[in-house]
Amino acid sequence: MIKLGVPSKGRLMDKTFQWFEKRGVTLSRTGSDREYAGAVDGIDGVALVLLSAGEVPRELAAGRIHLGVTGTDLIHEKLPLWEQQVEPMAEMGFGHADLVLAVPQAWIDVDLTDDLDAAAAAFRAAHGFRLRIATKYHRLVRDFLRDAGVADYAIVDSQGATEGTVANETAEAIADITSSGETLRANHLKILSDGLILASQATLWRSRVAEVTDAERAVLATLLDRLGAD
Amino acid sequence: MTQARERAHALRDRFIAAGAQLVKPPILQPADLLLDLYGEDIRARAYVTSDALRGEQMLRPDFTVPVVQMHMANGADSARYTYAGKVFRRQEDDPDRANEYLQVGYELFDGTNPAAADAEVFALIADAVSPLNLRAATGDIGILMAAVDGLDISDRRKAALRRHIWRPRRFRALLDRFSGRSPVPETRAALLAGNATTDAPLTGLRRQSEIDARIAALQADAAEPPLSGAQMECLDALLNVRETLPFALAQMHTLCADLPALRPAVKRIDARAEALSARGIDVDNLEFEASFGRTSMEYYDGFVFGFYAEQRPDLPPVASGGRYDALTRRLGQGQEIPAVGAVIRPGLMDELEGAA
Repeated sequence: MIKLGVPSKGRLMDKTFQWFEKRGVTLSRTGSDREYAGAVDGIDGVALVLLSAGEVPRELAAGRIHLGVTGTDLIHEKLPLWEQQVEPMAEMGFGHADLVLAVPQAWIDVDLTDDLDAAAAAFRAAHGFRLRIATKYHRLVRDFLRDAGVADYAIVDSQGATEGTVANETAEAIADITSSGETLRANHLKILSDGLILASQATLWRSRVAEVTDAERAVLATLLDRLGAD
Repeated sequence: MTQARERAHALRDRFIAAGAQLVKPPILQPADLLLDLYGEDIRARAYVTSDALRGEQMLRPDFTVPVVQMHMANGADSARYTYAGKVFRRQEDDPDRANEYLQVGYELFDGTNPAAADAEVFALIADAVSPLNLRAATGDIGILMAAVDGLDISDRRKAALRRHIWRPRRFRALLDRFSGRSPVPETRAALLAGNATTDAPLTGLRRQSEIDARIAALQADAAEPPLSGAQMECLDALLNVRETLPFALAQMHTLCADLPALRPAVKRIDARAEALSARGIDVDNLEFEASFGRTSMEYYDGFVFGFYAEQRPDLPPVASGGRYDALTRRLGQGQEIPAVGAVIRPGLMDELEGAA
């Protein structure tokens, strides 16, 4: 049985279902609204696994699912050397979200990571601690800032309401996912001109480590062909 | 593993015989100190754990910091230390690199004769790894610092360059900007022309005075004449020095004519070459690379060196070390003492011997 992991709720689930439907594969939830069980119609030998989008990377990397739908951001953040563990099969055209670096709009002296670095050095000298950047994407942000040559900052963990951390004075800058930028603006934050860390969208991934029998391999090929993702 | 451990103990005993006192720093180190020293990068390299009582702790990523801390807490006299034990490094990019391995080290605190101290540590390590026929690479972070200090630029620009000596790409970008090679970014130009305004309220801890101070600093910087082409060429020539030590020294002496501030640093390298020679090191065939050590952890500020297996470019250095005077100042609470040290990885020695 080919196992297909799909987000279990919300817009991401609905859009995923629509995307498959358009390609002749009908995904559906079965049982009650609260029961996480699903069915696949239109092709035999495929089972639907409903799970949180955040768990899809781990399940793919463990080989417990063969295919999975989740954002590029989550794959890159959660899987080191992700290229060796998963392969992107199709960008699905929804769930667009950019991971960006943002600072207060009132910082008119900061527009580039280069400015952020200089501001961080001065901030540390003035306040005695490093300029704090709130995010839940620790690895992506750290790698990005290392490449950009930014020093004298510290990452502080923020699992939600990240845009509020600056006004609450628990961070000086943030790195978070945004689609329209409205939440950033409402919180008087602006994106650095070169502060795009990752452009993410919902993507169909194939596990490189999940074991397949000959029969499963044939099903997988048929499915990917149907999806136009081979 | 037991073989590596036996070798580690033999190396440690060799260092004890050379006059070192054995120390055993704890595996768990307070995270705040390491974070303060290395910044966020250390989180990518060290395992962090925590408890409610002591807060964040790190599995020691190296021995040098705890050894320096211990030494400085007990005064800043001359001393030699050795240790043997595991260090722990997160590996997020290369599954083939070990995340825990043995290190045996030798740390020498002595202000009387830095050149002799450099040579003592280098010779001791060179002797310990000599059966493996490794390639030794040497460099000197101090000469880069001297070069930066000697440029005809403002102190602010010097501080910016010094801060990024360990980030070669950012260092280059700064030089390009200071010399006028790279254009002023549009937004910067608008800011300098007074055309950057906002009606957004200022949120967060960074104050308006800090923003104003940075704008003033940028304006002063924009008014500063560019770094001269001659000095830029001289700096480039220095960064490109890669020769056997005598030729490297000859090149650097020549550069002193254009950048006289290099002279004391070059003299220190002269003295080190003599001291190494006195210890029996074949300095005529010893490599010197001015840019060596710039991507390592940023506490070395003088002599730096590493020993590499030429047949195995995939392996990290089998041994490495350097001078870290500034670290003793940072951890010394008002005291400081010149210091130099090095580590060997006995596990890599085993691996190479097994292959031989």
